[in-house]
Amino acid sequence: MDAVSTLSDYRRQEESVTLSSAPAGEGLEQELMTINMGPHHPSTHGVLRLIVTLEGETVRDVKPVIGYVHTGIEKTAEDKAYWKVIPVVERMDYLSYYFNAMAFCGAVEKLLEVEVPARAQYLRVIHLELNRIMSHLVWLGTSCIDLGAISVWWYCFRERESVLDLFEMSSGQRMHTRYFQVGGVIEDIPRGWVERVRRFTKTMRTRADQYAALLDKNEIVLQRLRHTGIVDEATLLGLGVTGPLLRAAGNPWDLRKAAPYSSYDHFDFKIPVGTIGDNYDRYRVRHAEIYESCDIVDQALDGLPEGPFITEDRKVALPPRHELATSMEALIHHFKLVTEGFRVPPGEVYNPIESPRGELGCYVRSDGSSRPARVHMRDPSFVNLQATAPATRNSYIADLVATLAMLDPVLGGVDR
Amino acid sequence: MPDATGLELIAQDLRAADSDAVLGTSYFREEATIEVAPAFLRRAAELLVGKGYTFMASCHGVDYYPEERRLGVHYQLLDMPNVDRICLKTRVTVEQPNVPSLCTLWPGANHPEREVFDMFGVVFDGHPDLRRILMPEDYEGHPQRRDFPIGGEPVLFTYNEDKVPGWTQ
Repeated sequence: MDAVSTLSDYRRQEESVTLSSAPAGEGLEQELMTINMGPHHPSTHGVLRLIVTLEGETVRDVKPVIGYVHTGIEKTAEDKAYWKVIPVVERMDYLSYYFNAMAFCGAVEKLLEVEVPARAQYLRVIHLELNRIMSHLVWLGTSCIDLGAISVWWYCFRERESVLDLFEMSSGQRMHTRYFQVGGVIEDIPRGWVERVRRFTKTMRTRADQYAALLDKNEIVLQRLRHTGIVDEATLLGLGVTGPLLRAAGNPWDLRKAAPYSSYDHFDFKIPVGTIGDNYDRYRVRHAEIYESCDIVDQALDGLPEGPFITEDRKVALPPRHELATSMEALIHHFKLVTEGFRVPPGEVYNPIESPRGELGCYVRSDGSSRPARVHMRDPSFVNLQATAPATRNSYIADLVATLAMLDPVLGGVDR
Repeated sequence: MPDATGLELIAQDLRAADSDAVLGTSYFREEATIEVAPAFLRRAAELLVGKGYTFMASCHGVDYYPEERRLGVHYQLLDMPNVDRICLKTRVTVEQPNVPSLCTLWPGANHPEREVFDMFGVVFDGHPDLRRILMPEDYEGHPQRRDFPIGGEPVLFTYNEDKVPGWTQ
């Protein structure tokens, strides 16, 4: 008669469906069916193919098949001078380009033993955290589309555009900015940028409140996220999963706190953690990280030190333009850097940082020449994808879509 | 990271388990690396797990061409409570590229080991599902080896589409 009783009738019927392997219906036999989900499927967030074994609506096994967007970036990097590798590694995980550049530049700086000036470290932190906000906004928007909530997508992409505008102002590019260089950043921030970033972090906090107001009391979102896709902490650790997925299961592992790099120890921020590691915890952890990133950006702007924005070591960084007209040495350095590039002492290093998706490590081996002998990215999406099967086994196929969205794999990073 | 002394102490313990298993240690840019013989890799990993390095952070493949025992496999192990990393490394030849798989210790080694197999041709004995992961299943060769040429892949244009094999047939 009234809406409430209709709803509860519906709910009762919905809850009567069980996940048991008994056939649903009199005299029916269930048989396993293996189907392809993807490679072209709107909810796989890229070119990901899942071979799904179904029993009715229940997922019994999932096997991810990847490699559709493998572009051989690591092989390409071996044929380029170190500073020319930066633009290609930025294109691996195309939502966290600053992080890719940071992992690679950090590894090369370690090999060269170059000191990065304090101002460059702060500028890097500001851009990294803006990038983290941007990546989480894309994740939230696209995940909500998978859950059927299209309006959140428009709002998230509105805020993402303002982050991209900030990137365009500081570096000239919206994506793949090539702003980070070995030894620092390519140029100082323009006049007026600081004020615009402050205005952005101020509005971003209220926008994040609005997303929470849209989603947190939404019955459909709660039904689809809570107690779905649960993976416990021990399984995640065995699978090598890091980042928000591990933090949602209650493990506060974050490299920004555990092993601070690029002056992260100067800032006061919290690590959001979940309790049981279901999809709702994953959503809450990433949502809370947006506020923490805003706090870090504000603190970095407050304490932004004066000084050079790239190392003064002329063997590594290009000399300023005005020196070329007056100094012979500067001209020689410029010529050597642009033609051959700098040579790096032989050795191997591994430089891990905390990307929006977990531990992003860059392994660089140098043989003493001006080109890397091996560049390998430990991409978090590639490793985290292994958690798909344990997170979705014996759940509904609709939950598979929600769980995949909350795992947040970026296929450019998976396939590289 | 363990310091240089700590690394030697760990290497000492591994040597106690098998006297000629540890082939060398290096301490470079504050990163500790232990190189072991391929046959001893599993045992070494188990011993390091016992020392607290319970998380396998990463697995890399390297080609040391033209040095011999060309192919290298690196496991970056992490001790989360102490924030301590150590690299376990082993090297094999192209002729006999067999390394024991560590998938039973860490299920998460599955995808990274498949990637190393795909790109370098290192065979992981005991791996549950050793197939190519990034390259197509029928691909020949291991593209990340240093002697594999860049541009070794024919590019398909209209003028050569009937000459490049396997595309239009």
